[in-house]
Amino acid sequence: MYRYDPYDQKIVDERVAQFRDQTRRYLAGELTDDEFRPLRLQNGLYIQRHAPMLRVAVPYGLLSSTQVRKLAHIARTHDKGYAHVTTRQNFQFNWPELKVVPEILAELATVEMHAIQTSGACIRNITSDPFAGVAGDEYIDPRPWCEVLRQWSTFHPEFAFLPRKFKIAVNGAGQDRAVIQCHDIGLELKRDAAGEIGFRVLVGGGMGRTPIIGEEITDFVPWQHIITYCEAILRVYNRYGRRDNLYKARIKILVKALGIAEFKRQVEAEWEFGKNGPNTLTEAEVARVAGHFTTPAYETLPAEDAGYAAQRSANPAFAAWARRNVLAHKVPGYAIVVLSLKDPKRAPGDITAEQLDLVADWADAYSFGEIRATHEQNLVLADVRQSDLFAVWEKARATGLATPTFGLLTDIICCPGGDFCALANAKSIPIANAIQARFDDLDHLYDIGDIELNISGCMNSCGHHHVGHIGILGVDKNGEEWYQVSLGGSQGNNTSIGKVIGRSFAAAEMPDVISKIIDVYLAQRQAGERFIETVRRTGLDPFKLGVYGEAAVKERKHNA
Amino acid sequence: MPKLIKNGQVIDDAAQILVLDETQAPEALTLPEGPLFVPLAVWQAHKGQISGRASVGVWLDSHENVDEIADDLEGITAIALNFPKFTDGRAYSAAALLRSRYGFKGEIRAIGDVLRDQFFFMQRCGFDAIQPKAGKYSDAQLEEALASLKDFSTPYQAAIDQPEPLFRRTQRAA
Ligand code: HEM
Ligand code: SF4
Repeated sequence: MYRYDPYDQKIVDERVAQFRDQTRRYLAGELTDDEFRPLRLQNGLYIQRHAPMLRVAVPYGLLSSTQVRKLAHIARTHDKGYAHVTTRQNFQFNWPELKVVPEILAELATVEMHAIQTSGACIRNITSDPFAGVAGDEYIDPRPWCEVLRQWSTFHPEFAFLPRKFKIAVNGAGQDRAVIQCHDIGLELKRDAAGEIGFRVLVGGGMGRTPIIGEEITDFVPWQHIITYCEAILRVYNRYGRRDNLYKARIKILVKALGIAEFKRQVEAEWEFGKNGPNTLTEAEVARVAGHFTTPAYETLPAEDAGYAAQRSANPAFAAWARRNVLAHKVPGYAIVVLSLKDPKRAPGDITAEQLDLVADWADAYSFGEIRATHEQNLVLADVRQSDLFAVWEKARATGLATPTFGLLTDIICCPGGDFCALANAKSIPIANAIQARFDDLDHLYDIGDIELNISGCMNSCGHHHVGHIGILGVDKNGEEWYQVSLGGSQGNNTSIGKVIGRSFAAAEMPDVISKIIDVYLAQRQAGERFIETVRRTGLDPFKLGVYGEAAVKERKHNA
Repeated sequence: MPKLIKNGQVIDDAAQILVLDETQAPEALTLPEGPLFVPLAVWQAHKGQISGRASVGVWLDSHENVDEIADDLEGITAIALNFPKFTDGRAYSAAALLRSRYGFKGEIRAIGDVLRDQFFFMQRCGFDAIQPKAGKYSDAQLEEALASLKDFSTPYQAAIDQPEPLFRRTQRAA
């Protein structure tokens, strides 16, 4: 993975000094709340219900074991012993004290980490495929490009005060695992007819209050020009994006208002000036960065490890885990392991300091010392020998990190919601836990199969509910917490935005509602059909009928 | 006298920022004596007389487009760009455009809600004059605030103050 050189280190160290001074001036009354807010946000520091929340950047989700140990240490020393993996591959601490935050940042800097631009109206942490470099369907490794873009966007002086936050995601494989269609800029690595690397560029996607799928602005920008092309997009947005209304300030609103053709015209007119300018990438720089993402020292192994096969036949629990949480690796004899953070006894995405330390140890012992965070709020060991899988499983199981439900109904994406977040309409974690408790039978979960259930505590959509096959959204009705359900959303290559099925529900009703939806699916599905495929084929009507009953559906139709 | 940070130093500056109230028509205005920044509308109404005058600059608000003065730049010695709120980042692009696309060599001054924690970004985008609101900082605080110009010593990306990105300026070890 990328390691800092003295320049990278200096920038991060200088940031610590800068923020230390800003915090000092704030605490001394020299900076007002309004003046300090954007400064702390650009350092990932929110003030939440109970305490500040610190979001630590994990560039494109990649972590070393040393970094994970440091996160464990911070969780133990400055928080309540746990951390949270976010839906943009970052780490979050819920309970640090403002005055120790500079100290935490200084500690992070010792392991080449920071909280730069993890929040605020600037270019945010760049996200990518958690299986980068190891997936069989990858055609171009996105990590070097993410790193090049990370450096370009770090403290970009022109784009530190955009109309609103700006999120970039990069994918380089057959399957989109980075939600590129729901980002302000989504980049898809590809090759042109001559075999040259470049990017298909999507723009104006996003969730939030107005979910929009990004549109293609160009089908190919050669790699040399990707920075200047992004700069042109950002300059048009910075100059003309709306600043009068927070809810209309994202780039997606500008793109919709102008239309993609006119937006493209403006961007390309701007690009004429920047193209071939000094920010044009050089082969030497790309090679330097790519040199950090070398292939690990894989052994030559048989494609199928005999012991692994025997262990699976002998141990059904291991086999169940292997079936869901172990994925194919591009190198024979190796596997990708998903360490689940969806233990029903914990908030989705939460992990304790002890678990973090253990994960770091396993990474060292079994996976070349690296760990990845996923936007589905799990961790990944990307390079495990098949012959080590049993050992990894036994250890993970002993500490609650082997819930064998990756990609199943209870592998829920869930925002912090009303338990932590000041913006929430409703709690989301207890809903997730209640659904997990209802669906605790593994055979039933396996029968239901691949499905994504996402929960957000309010319209800001931190829990990606718009792209959940089942989406749950917390809404406020006269000061009470209610939940709206949508169906048919999807991330990945066929991204779609879910549709609301009808009136919302009280918290206590939610497990039943999900059960009814699942029952409709099980009754309707054709052979081999996944949940989302059934919803797409049948439409919402059978599900409405199953959830609200015949009378309710008829009445609604009549009224409509 | 009001203070100004110019080329990294605190100096006195007497220039007045002329603000029209709603009743004043730009055309009918008699310009006051002394160093002055006039609003875009006044510039446009009077540029026939004031173009080329060293004591008169133009100021643009954040919603006003620098393209509108592109053809006048030869007669303009100084341009002030207003930050109505420090979180309104349009002036960064405006300054960068003036310097790069339009090759403006005169003074570009940041005015309005100008705070020390943004000095670094302003300087990088081509502002060579930075003027916090009168009374925002004491003289001592303003001297202290000069440190913010140097928050980062080696930025990654190309910008106006440093037109080459780090990867072109140095040979970074692999
Ligand atoms: C707890 C404090 C948090 C606050 C105050 C907060 C605030 C917001 C707001 C205001 C938006 C809407 C932005 C917009 O549409 O313009 C948003 C979106 C989002 N947030 Fe958060 N958030 C918080 C925590 C989180 C966490 C913990 C995660 C990850 C688990 C997260 C991930 C996201 C994502 C992925 C979006 C959707 C981005 C998009 O529209 O493209 N947020 N958040
Ligand atoms: S979706 Fe709403 S409730 Fe959930 S974390 Fe985001 S802002 Fe808070």
